[in-house]
Amino acid sequence: MSENVGIVIVSHSADVARGTALMVEQMVGREVPLGWCGGNPDGGLGTNVEAIMAAIDKAWSEKGVAILVDLGGAETNSEMAIEMLPESRRGRVVVCNAPVVEGAVMAATEAASGASLEVVRRTAEELTPA
Amino acid sequence: MMIDRETRKRLFETVANRVIANADELTDLDRAIGDGDHGTNMRRGFEAVLAASDELAAKSFGESLKGVGTTLVMKVGGASGPLYGTLFLTLGKLLADDVSQEQLADAFAAAIEAVKARGKSEAGQKTMLDVCLPVLAELRERGAGLPARLKTTAKLAAEHTIPMRAIRGRASFLGERSIGHMDPGARSSALIVDAVADVMEGFA
Repeated sequence: MSENVGIVIVSHSADVARGTALMVEQMVGREVPLGWCGGNPDGGLGTNVEAIMAAIDKAWSEKGVAILVDLGGAETNSEMAIEMLPESRRGRVVVCNAPVVEGAVMAATEAASGASLEVVRRTAEELTPA
Repeated sequence: MMIDRETRKRLFETVANRVIANADELTDLDRAIGDGDHGTNMRRGFEAVLAASDELAAKSFGESLKGVGTTLVMKVGGASGPLYGTLFLTLGKLLADDVSQEQLADAFAAAIEAVKARGKSEAGQKTMLDVCLPVLAELRERGAGLPARLKTTAKLAAEHTIPMRAIRGRASFLGERSIGHMDPGARSSALIVDAVADVMEGFA
């Protein structure tokens, strides 16, 4: 089990999610548990609660998981996925209000330092104008 | 009204078929002011409901509504999945097989609150809420002809979203340009209300 906060990338596009994951790995290698998903249940553009739940599971860390999303449906579906998690995990997963690519790279870099979930989230959200 | 197994099946199939039959119209509306996937997403979700209608109807009304909600959450693949999913899940938590008009209105009010929280949205923002809220108000009114009144209210409420400016969802990116188009979520809500009212007419 990793000692670092996990990162999940949720995009409407599998290509964007995968590309973002590659950029994250370039920064932090395997130091940060990473999950990603993109596309609706038919594989078209969209988001998919089941895939988000699987990505959270893949990136699971006892220190928690930070999710980076692109557009509205990714956020709504991520929040829904969090609610459907077992109660023991629900409180340790957050959706960051940050741009997906920059946010994921910043959050992962912070996570690799061993930072807490709250610090990881705050670092990603520094990218968002107040 | 006693919502027995046969009624549950008729209800879910009527609603699902109505959404599926009008999916292209929903997609056209969404293409004008959104990402153009509302119809395909709703069709995917309600085709899954239709495929499971026997299995769903075999459960209590509450459990079957929760089943519809979970199916939509898992299958729709857009924001409308969690929004409609939350609506049906909340109704399922609150409704028993024997439903009075007042119980239905109270459950619908709670479901609307849950949708507001899920979508971080309010009335007047050019969303499904702009149909659901007037329909709730009509549901609170006593008197004859409830199904017909619900249909008219839903239809007019969806039309009232045309001059609205979108504040939530992908349409909000268009700003002023979202004005002049009916909101696809308002339209899909009106379709669902219309189908439910058809089933209610069967009781009269």
